[in-house]
Amino acid sequence: MSPASDAVISRILKSHESDLLDDWIREQMSGFRSTSRIREPELRSQSSEFLSLLQQATQSGNVTDVLAPPYGRVRDALNDLSRSRGIQGFSPSETAMFVFSLKRPLFARIRKDLAGDAEGLAVATWAATELLDRLGLYTTEVYQKSREEVIARQQQELLELSTPVVKLWDGILALPMIGTLDSARTQVVMESLLQRIVETGAEVAIIDITGVPTVDTLTAQHLLKTVTAARLMGADCIISGIRPQIAQTIVHLGVDLADVVTKATLADAFRRALEMTGQRDKLRTRA
Amino acid sequence: MDRIPILKLRNLLLVTIQVDMHDRLALQLQDELTQRINETGARGVLIDISALDIVDSFIGRMIANIAAMARVLDADTVVVGMQPAVAITLVELGLTLPGVRTALNVDRGMALLETNADAPTDSNEANARFSD
Repeated sequence: MSPASDAVISRILKSHESDLLDDWIREQMSGFRSTSRIREPELRSQSSEFLSLLQQATQSGNVTDVLAPPYGRVRDALNDLSRSRGIQGFSPSETAMFVFSLKRPLFARIRKDLAGDAEGLAVATWAATELLDRLGLYTTEVYQKSREEVIARQQQELLELSTPVVKLWDGILALPMIGTLDSARTQVVMESLLQRIVETGAEVAIIDITGVPTVDTLTAQHLLKTVTAARLMGADCIISGIRPQIAQTIVHLGVDLADVVTKATLADAFRRALEMTGQRDKLRTRA
Repeated sequence: MDRIPILKLRNLLLVTIQVDMHDRLALQLQDELTQRINETGARGVLIDISALDIVDSFIGRMIANIAAMARVLDADTVVVGMQPAVAITLVELGLTLPGVRTALNVDRGMALLETNADAPTDSNEANARFSD
């Protein structure tokens, strides 16, 4: 890239800053299908901040490497912008259009500035395209990253929400499982159940799988692992809430649940648990 | 040199593992415990591993072996106080300790052994009735 073309971009950004800004904002406002999501003053302040930062950055003579130190503040501004637009529900292309829509006004200025110099015009246009493309791609990347962060956080929250261990009676815990069981979730479920067994000194734990839509070999294996781990710690497990279809699946899969106490409903399992802890009579007197 | 104490409580032996279990220590425990069962004629062995928070496959197998040896010497073994992390590790290693009985704490373990101590008398009665 010749120094001359770099200087052109920097010079145009500097000398035409205010009318460039007006054109750019017009361009952006026409690009939005619904203008209600962002107000013009807000857009104007974002745009003018970006333009002045970009102008400062291009003064360094570098118009290709947007990851270089002179572009640090430009990148920060774009980070803030894509994050806030991501939260406001803008689409990725709407977010990237912030940068891409600068092309038309900027190219118009370059054309006017280098009217007689075809060679210089081509070089400067290419340099400007490259610069804006990279900034646009960077914006999309940040947008994507912020969306992924949101997804990761939601997954974490879901994981925490979905594993309550409830105390049903003295020495009896229940674990109502809801949703599909994958390895990560089962690990959390297992850990929280075992931890509660230690805390409460419970002798019996009921694992209720009424809310588990399907059981495959992996799920069954996870269940058996949980039961075995609880047994190693000295607590007995009962699996309840096995629906007819799931019972059929378990047998068809050849999963061996022979060593585990299984009950059709949570009520049956609870009755059995009271018997196991020798509290059956206590319940009757209270009732 | 670390040593794992073996305490005699009436007709039970209590082994409390308070130090990091390493391989030589496990082998030494195996030796001493079988010796003590033989000397004292203990009917039950309680192995308290509540202070143990790291196990490997060797230690897991040692626990299973010690329990099996005690059974051969006619003493019931109960492993008590296993930590959640240890239980998960053993399950992931595929060491489910079949035949080893477990309890949440020493108290429960003793209760378990006491109810079991009654059991032989039942079977003696049954045998007596059978011989009649």
